[in-house]
Amino acid sequence: MSQQMAKGRTLTFSIFRYDPQMPDDKPKMVDYQIEEAPGMTVFIALNQLREQQDPSLQFDFVCRAGICGSCAMVINGMPTLACRTLTSKFADGKIKLMPLPGFELIGDLSVNTGKFMREIAERLKLWLHPKTGDDDIHRLEAPMSPEEAAKLYELERCVECGVCVSACATKQMRDTFVGAVGLMKIARFELDSRDARSADDFYHVIGNQDGVFGCMTLLGCQDNCPKDLPHMQQIAYLRRKMAVTLV
Amino acid sequence: MKLIYTDSLVVGAGLAGLRVAIASKERGLDTVVLSLIPAKRSHSAAAQGGMQASLGNTVKGMGDDEDVHFQDTVKGSDWGCDQDVARMFAHCAPKAVRELANWGVPWTRITKGPRQVVVNAEKVTIEEAEEAHGLINARDFGGTKKWRTCYTADGTGHSLLYAVDNKAISMDIPVHERMEALSLIHDGKRCHGVVARCLITGELIAYVAKSTTIATGGYGRIYEVSTNAIICEGVGQALALETGVAKLGNMEAVQFHPTAIVPVGILTTEGCRGDGGLLRDKDGHRFMPDYEPEKKELASRDVVSRRMTEHMRKGKGVDSPYGPHLWLDITLLGRKHVETNLREVKEICENFLGIDPAKDWIPVRPTQHYSMGGIRTDATGQSPHLKGLFSVGEAACWDMHGFNRLGGNSLAETVVGGMIIGKYVADFCEQNTLEIDTNLVESFVAKLQTEIDQLIDGEGTENPFELKQQMQRIMMDYVGIFRNGPELEKAVSELQDLLKRANALGLKCKKRHANPELVEALRVKRMLKVALTVAAGAAARTESRGAHAREDFPQRNDKDWLNRTLSSWPDANSLSPQLEYEQLDVMKMELPPGYRGYGIDNAIAHPDTEKREQQIADIISQLGPDADRHQKQAALMPFDVPESLKPKNERLSDTLNSGAGEIAK
Repeated sequence: MSQQMAKGRTLTFSIFRYDPQMPDDKPKMVDYQIEEAPGMTVFIALNQLREQQDPSLQFDFVCRAGICGSCAMVINGMPTLACRTLTSKFADGKIKLMPLPGFELIGDLSVNTGKFMREIAERLKLWLHPKTGDDDIHRLEAPMSPEEAAKLYELERCVECGVCVSACATKQMRDTFVGAVGLMKIARFELDSRDARSADDFYHVIGNQDGVFGCMTLLGCQDNCPKDLPHMQQIAYLRRKMAVTLV
Repeated sequence: MKLIYTDSLVVGAGLAGLRVAIASKERGLDTVVLSLIPAKRSHSAAAQGGMQASLGNTVKGMGDDEDVHFQDTVKGSDWGCDQDVARMFAHCAPKAVRELANWGVPWTRITKGPRQVVVNAEKVTIEEAEEAHGLINARDFGGTKKWRTCYTADGTGHSLLYAVDNKAISMDIPVHERMEALSLIHDGKRCHGVVARCLITGELIAYVAKSTTIATGGYGRIYEVSTNAIICEGVGQALALETGVAKLGNMEAVQFHPTAIVPVGILTTEGCRGDGGLLRDKDGHRFMPDYEPEKKELASRDVVSRRMTEHMRKGKGVDSPYGPHLWLDITLLGRKHVETNLREVKEICENFLGIDPAKDWIPVRPTQHYSMGGIRTDATGQSPHLKGLFSVGEAACWDMHGFNRLGGNSLAETVVGGMIIGKYVADFCEQNTLEIDTNLVESFVAKLQTEIDQLIDGEGTENPFELKQQMQRIMMDYVGIFRNGPELEKAVSELQDLLKRANALGLKCKKRHANPELVEALRVKRMLKVALTVAAGAAARTESRGAHAREDFPQRNDKDWLNRTLSSWPDANSLSPQLEYEQLDVMKMELPPGYRGYGIDNAIAHPDTEKREQQIADIISQLGPDADRHQKQAALMPFDVPESLKPKNERLSDTLNSGAGEIAK
């Protein structure tokens, strides 16, 4: 804890400001000074700035515990969750905040990840397509191998924060690319023995340039994922699986 | 004026709201969900440990059934709950777990054969049955007789929310994100929908519906430190309160969770203690057995939180710049367990404390966590006071939790309550017509517009952020774990001063579209009214029950206080809520008030308790020795659930006809 107890520094936040709904507004960076407190996170600092210096400052937080995925932004060049980023991490006390690229900007640091994620879910049909029968909720449930359940949960830990999308070079060049988030979810349902879809069905959705074959394997997704999800492994797995359907 | 019509309107896209929306859509009803945020970011996602359902698959859950779950829930509530509702809940919980498995939840499953667990600080080997292999597992939680909490590692809420939202997406249920409901449209008898403000454009939209279901979660953020997400501000309860007609139940019943990390108040799951974690003081001493020799760390939450506070008051807390705290020790569970079953806890410790919980103790302190109180509903989820208004989940006082909720029963309430109430909401929509009185709708839109104009163009000077902070401090200082008359009176009068000042709010940011200061200002006045119902209810209740602990009235008083507080706000300009009480009828209880099993039994008995106990004994003996548990239950307290949820729950013990006894060894 000793590191977090460092006290009294003056931090300089350089924050992207732009309100797309104001006809005359232009994007700009604005500097704010704030005194660092022990254990301060970007969440705490931004709220203090809003309460004490500029009540118009827009940003999104919900759980403030690294669970809900609302608060991803680019902090000193890297996309990450702001709520769990400690200010003590930045030795020179200079912190530059930019909104997550690749998403519709609502204003300042707030972007519309929700709209993007819902569209991807609808497009890729990211829900369990259960096999018929055996769904009587009054009877004993169908068994599942404990290992399979554990593996599914590992892939399901994605919080849809959008970091993988913003860190993806393919996505920057090809707007229709589904991103690591889309592929990770397909991999999750592909693995699920309860799902009725076959490899062929998945091939129709992601067996193309917008899916697994579009990925340039730069792996910004894996490097930045706040949940440490195994993107590389899953994309490779899906590629192999999709390639097999062509034989 | 923009008008949107629908059959079933749901406010809040967490688990409870989504489940009701799904039930509506299943019946072919037009359904719209409003949410402040994308559905998958809802606070439901933060539930870590699991949900209770008496599946009885694991060897440590053998012998479990609806009866045991019901009894644990009623005792946990300190007899403050509605026993009918607790029965409906216990009966449907296994169905909800199985339904969620069908929707994709990867519940943690049982592995047959021996496995090592930690019980009472010792490593114990338990042996799971061959037949249980692959069935849904359960872990131990506080205040329960059996291991009953079904889970997916420690991300249960996340898994459930994702599965249920995916189901909603598959059914094409629209969720209007970044849309804040700010008033209920009603005529004094029937609710007709809401007026909502778009948080991006600032546009006001009237949503007119046959049924309006409030599923906006709890009101934890009226406190300065809370485990709740920052959007859990009680605005849903305020909407009901501001009708002047609908009533809130038991608002003073606020739960403090024993183990939130210090100082930020982020939760570490009860699963830590359920899986064998211990609480230690500044000397490293495990103190809970000194206070609660039987249940120790796994006493009910209210009890553990009070014991921790008592222990810190004796000077046994660990000093820190943020005041005293205690330690949660999960090192004895071993690294593998921590890194698989308590993974979120590990991440939280690493990111916010910079420690490794597999080798370091976690600094914890009891922290506001759950709102047992909420919008009072009947057993079908409908407000008895305003037709067409429904409420579900933490937002509601349905009332299965009474004065203390068991761990694992809130996540369960969202999906079980949603499953049951969703069907009643659909019934209501089928049996009622859409009534559109545009004059009425316009009057509510105009009222909200005036409020916004006043904030932006008015002469007010009060700062909404400051008022909110002051309210939160008052609640922390005077309406906390231990309460007393003088402090509660002080809380009420200081909150009233703030409410007066809230009439003169003024904004620096004059934007009418996306404007965080305007959002704050619109909420703070509503939150203050909610805070006043909590403080006033607590001041009036001169007894201790569950999480409501009065230092000046330490006894549970069934004689005078076996009732539910109802608060309403009939006069919009008044500075106080109106309080009244709904009596709980002992003569109808399946489980009459008794000893909860913690500390000394000093409750003041209700005069009917003995009578009812005798009556129960008579009923049971009349049924004769052949009556099964279902017949006995039905004779004591018949309850109703929707037809499709009536079948009995099958259990592994039903199929293992002779083997169950052997396995239980």
